[in-house]
Amino acid sequence: MMRDQKLWTWHLAAGVVILFLLGLHMTVMHLNVTVPLKGLNPAGGHPIDWQNVIARGKIGAFALTYVVLLGAALFHGLYGLRNILFELNPASWLKRTVSIVLLLCGLALFSFGTWAAIAGFSLAKAM
Amino acid sequence: MIESKGHPNRLGIWGWLGGGRWGVERYLYTLHRLTGLGLLTYFLLHILVTSSRALGKAPWEQAMNAVTGPLFKLGEYLVFVAFAFHAVNGIRLGIIELGFGVGPPIEPVYPYRTSLDVQRPLAVGVLLLAAIIVVMGTLNFWVLE
Amino acid sequence: MSEKTLTEVTYRIRRFDPDGDTAPHWEEYGIPYSAGMTVLDGLWKVKEMRAPDLAWRSSCRMGVCGSCGMLVNGKARLACNTQVTELGGDTVVVAPLPNFDIVRDLVPELAPMFDSHRALMPHVIREDVQEQEHPTGEFWQSAHELEQYLQFSYCIKCGCCMAACPTFATDALYSGPMPLGQAHRYNSDTRDGGFSARKRVLAGEAGPWRCHFAGECSRVCPKGVDPAKAIQLMKRELVLDYLRLHKQHRPATVAKKATETKRREGIPEPPAPTV
Repeated sequence: MMRDQKLWTWHLAAGVVILFLLGLHMTVMHLNVTVPLKGLNPAGGHPIDWQNVIARGKIGAFALTYVVLLGAALFHGLYGLRNILFELNPASWLKRTVSIVLLLCGLALFSFGTWAAIAGFSLAKAM
Repeated sequence: MIESKGHPNRLGIWGWLGGGRWGVERYLYTLHRLTGLGLLTYFLLHILVTSSRALGKAPWEQAMNAVTGPLFKLGEYLVFVAFAFHAVNGIRLGIIELGFGVGPPIEPVYPYRTSLDVQRPLAVGVLLLAAIIVVMGTLNFWVLE
Repeated sequence: MSEKTLTEVTYRIRRFDPDGDTAPHWEEYGIPYSAGMTVLDGLWKVKEMRAPDLAWRSSCRMGVCGSCGMLVNGKARLACNTQVTELGGDTVVVAPLPNFDIVRDLVPELAPMFDSHRALMPHVIREDVQEQEHPTGEFWQSAHELEQYLQFSYCIKCGCCMAACPTFATDALYSGPMPLGQAHRYNSDTRDGGFSARKRVLAGEAGPWRCHFAGECSRVCPKGVDPAKAIQLMKRELVLDYLRLHKQHRPATVAKKATETKRREGIPEPPAPTV
């Protein structure tokens, strides 16, 4: 099994992607007063107000960052969880089961989240 | 593999958490792990909740109203703090785990100067940076917003 | 407590007799303190005066053989290398190295560690077997190249790092700091060509990926070997290898014999080669 060399490298690469994209997301959502970013909360008020959500949703690049962040964070987080679980030294059949369950959960959430990002973008564009 | 007939003596999970005589990097390791698990839990729920945006204004506002209140705000604040720590400590780990910031192999002369000592300024810097981000977030969460 | 005020020391020892006990238990022994007493000296005194059946491993008494690794006051150390006064009290708590099965009293079962060590081929691997078996000279290596692995070659395999490693506390499949550090010691030796062979183990679950730089191995290493450093340096090599950016070195060739040097007078001839 030579997968960990590959998976860990991607885990690290995903971490770098998350650092920038989640950093941007957190700045927009939770540092909106201390670090206001122009154009990302145009209606003022709270970043989760519908007007702001729609304004951000119209920006194609922003929708794209959601999908990339979703994929990177799911991989980084679920691989991290898998690492922690594997370090508990479970039986090999349990390891296989954990890997399959996490992979399926990751794919399902990625598909669902991507649909939401694209549908949200289309909705915002139409408004 | 030689089968041991001895009495089992693995520390188990306590070996992950084991405190008291450990160095700062051990606590950063534990904290990184705990914040990672916390962020992952939040993230999975976050995907489900925020996807309501795709259904329109009413479902979105309904979902947002369901997660308002002081307890949710505190939870969100803790997620922000966990993010600040996990992100900047992740920068430190990324640098170190690629073999940078640990120093080159040296002749071990007592008292030994290990890679832990070499990277310590980075660890301190990371904690300071995390503290700055947390202060900015605290102002945003509880004072200015 | 200073050496002057200390007259008696209490040894609290975790004991286990495989023939009679179902679980380890603690026992206390009071012994007189003598100046310069190491934890190992104290154990000998306990054996002489209080518990003749107490078992542990030790040999050289000077931090070289790596036999007397044990958990002293909560930290993995060599008993022979630890002064009682440096523990700062009049009680010495001694337990066998954790993360290894207990054979008896303070004797850990180190065989699994050596299994992992062996699996990583801790020796120079070369294609020119003939030259290795019947050397015609030394393999050429510069002083700078020597420095790339010398620190890691001071390892005495005492197992202290394994006892302190949080991952090894739960994960028996993880090779652990000692074997991984030694794998890097050989991977970074310019005389060696075994990177690909060791990668078969290193790229998988037993490899360095379970190390998260808690740093305990380097903190407890009694020889300053710094296994955590070796593991991180090795991770870089393996990541570069995955990205196909790893520079494969050709194992060092046999150094040419000096031909134009003139021997100074009065210097005796070297003894005949033994191999």
